[in-house]
Amino acid sequence: MTRFSRNFFAGMALSGLMASTAVTGAFAQEETIKVGILHSLSGTMAISETTLKDVMLMLIEEQNKKGGLLGKKLEAVVVDPASDWPLFAEKARELIEVNKVSAVFGCWTSVSRKSVLPVFEELNSLLFYPVQYEGEESQRNVFYTGAAPNQQAIPAVDYLMNEEGVERWVLAGTDYVYPRTTNKILEAYLKAKGVAEEDILINYTPFGHSDWQTIVSDIKAFGSAGKKTAVVSTINGDANVPFYKELGNAGIKAEDIPVVAFSVGEEELAGLDTGPLVGHLAAWNYFQSVDTPINAEFIETWKAYIGDDKRVTNDPMEAHFIGFNMWVKAVEKAGTTEADAVIDAIIGVAVPNLTGGYSAMMPNHHITKPVLIGEIQEDGQFETVWETSGLVVGDAWSDYLDGSKDLIADWRKPMSCGNFNTVTGKCGGSGS
Amino acid sequence: MKPPVNASVNAHAQRSLPALLLALLLALLPLALLSSAASAQDAPALESLRPLVDALGKGSFTDTEKQVTALAATGDPAVVPALEALGNGDLYLRKADGAVVIGKRAGSGLALTDPLTGEALEPVAASGLDKIRVNNRLRRTIRNAVGGLTLRAADTRVRRQAAEAIFKAQDAEAIEALDDAIAAETDAGVAKLMREARAAAVLASDLPTDEKIAAIDTLAERGDRDALSMITAVQNSGATELQEAAGAALARIQKLQAVWDMARNVWFGLSLGSVLLLAAIGLAITFGVMGVINMAHGEMVMLGAYTTFMVQNLFRLHAPHLFDYSLLVALPAAFLVAGLVGVAIERGVIRFLHNRPLETLLATWGVSLILQQTVRSIFGPTNQEVGNPAFMSGAFEIGQLTITYNRLWILVFALTVFAALLIAMKFTRFGLNVRAVTQNRRMAASMGIRTPLVDALTFGLGSGIAGIAGVALSQIDNVSPNLGQSYIIDSFMVVVFGGVGNLWGTLVAAMSLGVANKFLEPVAGAVLAKILVLVFIILFIQKRPRGLFALKGRAVEA
Repeated sequence: MTRFSRNFFAGMALSGLMASTAVTGAFAQEETIKVGILHSLSGTMAISETTLKDVMLMLIEEQNKKGGLLGKKLEAVVVDPASDWPLFAEKARELIEVNKVSAVFGCWTSVSRKSVLPVFEELNSLLFYPVQYEGEESQRNVFYTGAAPNQQAIPAVDYLMNEEGVERWVLAGTDYVYPRTTNKILEAYLKAKGVAEEDILINYTPFGHSDWQTIVSDIKAFGSAGKKTAVVSTINGDANVPFYKELGNAGIKAEDIPVVAFSVGEEELAGLDTGPLVGHLAAWNYFQSVDTPINAEFIETWKAYIGDDKRVTNDPMEAHFIGFNMWVKAVEKAGTTEADAVIDAIIGVAVPNLTGGYSAMMPNHHITKPVLIGEIQEDGQFETVWETSGLVVGDAWSDYLDGSKDLIADWRKPMSCGNFNTVTGKCGGSGS
Repeated sequence: MKPPVNASVNAHAQRSLPALLLALLLALLPLALLSSAASAQDAPALESLRPLVDALGKGSFTDTEKQVTALAATGDPAVVPALEALGNGDLYLRKADGAVVIGKRAGSGLALTDPLTGEALEPVAASGLDKIRVNNRLRRTIRNAVGGLTLRAADTRVRRQAAEAIFKAQDAEAIEALDDAIAAETDAGVAKLMREARAAAVLASDLPTDEKIAAIDTLAERGDRDALSMITAVQNSGATELQEAAGAALARIQKLQAVWDMARNVWFGLSLGSVLLLAAIGLAITFGVMGVINMAHGEMVMLGAYTTFMVQNLFRLHAPHLFDYSLLVALPAAFLVAGLVGVAIERGVIRFLHNRPLETLLATWGVSLILQQTVRSIFGPTNQEVGNPAFMSGAFEIGQLTITYNRLWILVFALTVFAALLIAMKFTRFGLNVRAVTQNRRMAASMGIRTPLVDALTFGLGSGIAGIAGVALSQIDNVSPNLGQSYIIDSFMVVVFGGVGNLWGTLVAAMSLGVANKFLEPVAGAVLAKILVLVFIILFIQKRPRGLFALKGRAVEA
């Protein structure tokens, strides 16, 4: 018995170890350019971030097939920050100081990004951050390839207002920095559009909230005031599944009260019976269903790489695709992987995105993207029902918040400032 | 259809014979019209609709919407199947000839039928079909169109749905059709719905004020949130008289709603309580009875949920038609899997740490991390889809209280598990042994009870029950490696609050915490409600350290 249990635990410990230790690329026989991947492979965020690690490995492999970069092979260095925010900073330091990586692709939650910011600043390295976020930040060493609020939240609200005639708004979110800031921006925006205070209901729930009965019932009640009502959801991660289940069971149909979500993508829908959700909306810059040759190629490569025909692609994956290609192009342009040269070279670099256009890196370290609104279909995919006519430039500082509307970011010389106050004419207004 | 007709005849029997005849005629006329209309559906008439139906497959959402309106304008019930299929996303464009067909999923392919005649068609490969997409606005238009077309259908259920659709649409142009339908309606319930739909439509029309006031009365009678919504809209816009009537009606509805809100909170609370009970009941055995602080308890719940996923997968592969019974198989399977893992943990770790609570806590926490990561390595970090069997989907209404089936079943299930466990502990020999060992281990040992075996089995029982809790929770929560973490704190809270070592305490604690949480939530918000409950428990434990129902007697302190 004792022997059995010892073996049993040894086996379990081993499998646990295999998942959390670094999976490095081919053994370095020649000189390589190292690329750091800083995504949680264990803990709560593993559900979203593991996929991004895989997509990075795929992109690096593809680049090596094309002959690498500057005549050298790329080598991936994967670390697991285990959904532990302070550990993100430690692992980032390890990547830069010990492994000497040229650039890091990583982070998902805003708090993890905030925790690594000082490290990247101090050691002067590059971080490509692929997730939609709340804005109000522009840092010299960070490139934000996900959507800023004006590339996701504001167009989604515009769509509901103009196309669906929504007059009453429920802003429901998980209680942390992204939903709180986004909802603050949205509230200011809605009020600027003439929506009355009593027509906005803001509701926060804890992480991993699973009992949605009261909130769904509140939404129903709020919706019975004689005006078309919609829910703008910044509910994060796992909590979405029970939320949508409760909506479906309570009989709230998308025709009556549509829900537009900013954190629900193809990956989240994969674990869900989407029947009752048909018609609910999501706003992203990319959907797997987008019908372009480059996207078809990307999906095919991905499925072949991962060896599973059922795996889906999503928006943050596209952001990594864009970010990685931008970095490659900037390094080629600069002729070196040295951080300062790449930071200067990357501004203005434009690479194809997967929706059929080009995305360019702007001086504020945000990129240009199209905004798509999609409706959930029965097969767990999104059908694009609306898109912006052109590309939208990511805005680091929201125009609708006091203290941030006078700020701009421009990392070109001579300004080189992430928070330049246009009123006082000085670098270093409020915010970080 | 017959009894209602008779009833209306009886009601009119007091009147004169001609009136009775007239009433009979009136009642039968629409029926006759309808049946003649149905028989008049000969082939050429149907074919004349085909261009309109085929046009659904072309153009943008706005074009399709126009086509739907055009189809509705024909007033021909024959187009209803096509429209319903479009709304459900079952309508396809056959690329070969541009014809529009209905495709229903059948096995791996699609079974095609003709949208007008309903005849089965030659199957076509999926690549030869284009799904006709719909958006929300289109779905609304279709719902209204189908409602208008099926008001006079033969099936009572269809008419009820039609009336509900028209009620929601609030379309002033539907009044005439509704008047006719109400006159012809034989089912009292549906007639009431139609009158409400008419009232809703009247409010949206430009009819005189007194008609609108009557409509407000009808809606106030209905008294639900939809009615509230419509009357509020009137109060904000209409004439003075109308506003007064609306104000009075609103006050009436709101009073009614306040009562229902109370009932709703109690139901939500009991439902949350049942989830807490399920999660905590296994812990009540391992922690409450054995005194082991088992941090891996949540992972037992997770293992149960993953077992459900595996069982459902087997069903999907081998016996898809028996899918509704998958949970029945998952229950014993989850009990065994979690129970065996529990026994292994007890034999492998916990028994070496007897009477060392701190080490036990750390060791079981380590085990929980290992289990989580093992599951993550095997199944991947993403959520797994666990389906709801048909009997657990949807909801029904008692008055204005919407009760979802999955929550109801979980409540019933939690109470059943609780009762079964209580009986096992009270009336079986194993239960007797367990109680003897927990009360006085040495005495029990000297009476010939094999305490190590009892320990292992008790821990296995507690873990097994956590496993079947996982089966139930997989129905309302998502099945991911993190599933267990979200329940561990709540479980400990319930057991400590209820009184360690007392199963009844666990029941009362789970239910009262659930209800308290749900009454606080609308006032304080979900985050604050949780904090308040936690603070309350901390204060309560200060006052009564042994919980609600402390074990009395000569239990030997460990």
